[in-house]
Amino acid sequence: MKAPIAWLFIGAFLLVSAIFLVAPTAMLAVQAVIGDDGLTLEYVQTLGSYRYVKAFEHSLYLSVLSATVGVIAGALIAFAMLKPGAPRWLRSVVTSFAAVAANFAGVPLAFAFISTVGTLGLLTSMLKHIGVDLYAMGFSLFSIPGLTLVYSYFQIPLMVIIIIPAFEAMQPAWREAAENLGATGGQYWRMVGLPVLAPSLLSGWILLFGSAFSAYATAYALTSGNISLVTTEISAVLSGNVSSEPQVGAALSVGMIVVMVLVLAASQMLARRASRWTVKQ
Amino acid sequence: MAIVELHGLRKFYGGRDVLSGIELAMGDGELICLLGPSGCGKSTLLRIVAGFIIPDAGQVLVGGRDVTKLAASKRQMGMVFQSYSLFPNMTALDNVRFGPRVAGAPKAEQVKRARELLDLVGLSSHEAKFPHQLSGGQQQRVALARALAVQPQVLLLDEPLSALDAKVRLQLREEIRRIQRDAGVTTILVTHDQEEALSISDRVAVMQGGKLLQVATPAEIYRRPADGFVARFIGSGAVFAGRVERGHVRVGSMLLRADASATHADGSEVEMFIRPESVQIQAHDGELPDGTVAGTLSESVFLGGLTRMRLTLEGPDNHSLWADVPSEHAEGFKPGHKLIAWWEAAAPRVMPLSRE
Repeated sequence: MKAPIAWLFIGAFLLVSAIFLVAPTAMLAVQAVIGDDGLTLEYVQTLGSYRYVKAFEHSLYLSVLSATVGVIAGALIAFAMLKPGAPRWLRSVVTSFAAVAANFAGVPLAFAFISTVGTLGLLTSMLKHIGVDLYAMGFSLFSIPGLTLVYSYFQIPLMVIIIIPAFEAMQPAWREAAENLGATGGQYWRMVGLPVLAPSLLSGWILLFGSAFSAYATAYALTSGNISLVTTEISAVLSGNVSSEPQVGAALSVGMIVVMVLVLAASQMLARRASRWTVKQ
Repeated sequence: MAIVELHGLRKFYGGRDVLSGIELAMGDGELICLLGPSGCGKSTLLRIVAGFIIPDAGQVLVGGRDVTKLAASKRQMGMVFQSYSLFPNMTALDNVRFGPRVAGAPKAEQVKRARELLDLVGLSSHEAKFPHQLSGGQQQRVALARALAVQPQVLLLDEPLSALDAKVRLQLREEIRRIQRDAGVTTILVTHDQEEALSISDRVAVMQGGKLLQVATPAEIYRRPADGFVARFIGSGAVFAGRVERGHVRVGSMLLRADASATHADGSEVEMFIRPESVQIQAHDGELPDGTVAGTLSESVFLGGLTRMRLTLEGPDNHSLWADVPSEHAEGFKPGHKLIAWWEAAAPRVMPLSRE
């Protein structure tokens, strides 16, 4: 592609980013500190209230947990699918399913889980029939662990799709070289395999964290706002369910941005450390 | 005592014999090259010795001990791969000390040993570099040092030079030989490059179709190839299929000079192989003395001190014959010139006709 055409596309991208990302973020930041009487920290200070602290706690807990479950399970599935000797058809089946499942979220996903493991769900009823009462055992789909389970439905396939190229880039000869030098399988993974995969695993974790942290529809459809998350709280103050307070919504949004920036910065630092051996350095 | 012995090794893949009846014994400190075309089974054989493949039949003995079913990690062998296969997340030093490290050697000892080996391969000043910061030749040197760090009983080199450019290949080939001799480690090198095999080995094992065709010193292989395949594969030369006639070889209307009467009965089907350096040529002035053949110069390839000339021999089959001529003499011959060629009777190698 010739340079002027390339710059045309880059310019269009920068323009769209400015209009739909930078400008709204700036507006939110301004809105969060401007009240009826001018500059104020009143709305930002409301983030310290019990309700919103809990919302951030829940969102962070849910995002960290579902991202971690997604990374571990997704990596293990990709490993099993790509390891030498695995049947060829397994790969096409898993990747096709992952591509669909990674994009299956929102109300349909919530409904699918309610009809399966809800209080009157098919699986719940079947298990009850054989004497296993999930809800009596403390499980609830409409709780943070329940939400984590539902989020895992799209987080794990997303991780599978993200991590496949990283696994494919690993040379089988590394494993053979390690084995030839006397290493056990565990030593190989600890000293070579995982360090090589670490930057991709970290990047995947960040993507999954962001995906869970910003998810709204699935959580709302499942809990009807009974579990306080930052996204459902923003919806509540903007729609006027409790009271219409757009400035509080803006402050909550800025809070989310700050959390994402902090997590990204921390992960960047870790990723730089983990990938100091790569060509980019 | 032979330190590595291979007895009756067989391997099948998909109902096909990839290796059949491999018998080979290697002496302590010997460097042997497995040489053959792609798909001949040489890499499979090396991987069986390394422990990455379990043979369907036969035994691998190292120092008299049967290691056929022993895991690769327990064999105490060092291997160098074609693609270097250095661990990308480790520096050169960490790559070299990987073996002692997983064996639980004290860190100071690991580092000392790794530094000695990096010094041996001439990379002391590169110990802190990651693989991507090293050239192909340097990476392969690190891989060699890494393989030697475990003080292997056997060193296995799987086409270690094939990914390198010609100049580096030549330089590293000599270094591998020097280091191997210094370390005194029994070594198996896999290659499809006959020049590499002839220049580096104590003995060469020529393979084809999963079989060992000939195991001998480079000079023996070059001068007395066991059959037509070995003759064609090692070095260059002309091969003629014909019948023995009064000790010579009849090929169509030509009677090619040879000394086959002691080894082949008259009328037996044979292949006659003659190397370019054995053939002499001169301008054809109309006479064709006994023991000479006539032909037309088809092409000349300048090789420096020598020029290799291809003669198309007279007759319906357009047989070719190669002759190496000192370049200063070759200047007088141009393509299309009529020439006669001859050789000493003992120069050609006459072998039973190969049916493959």
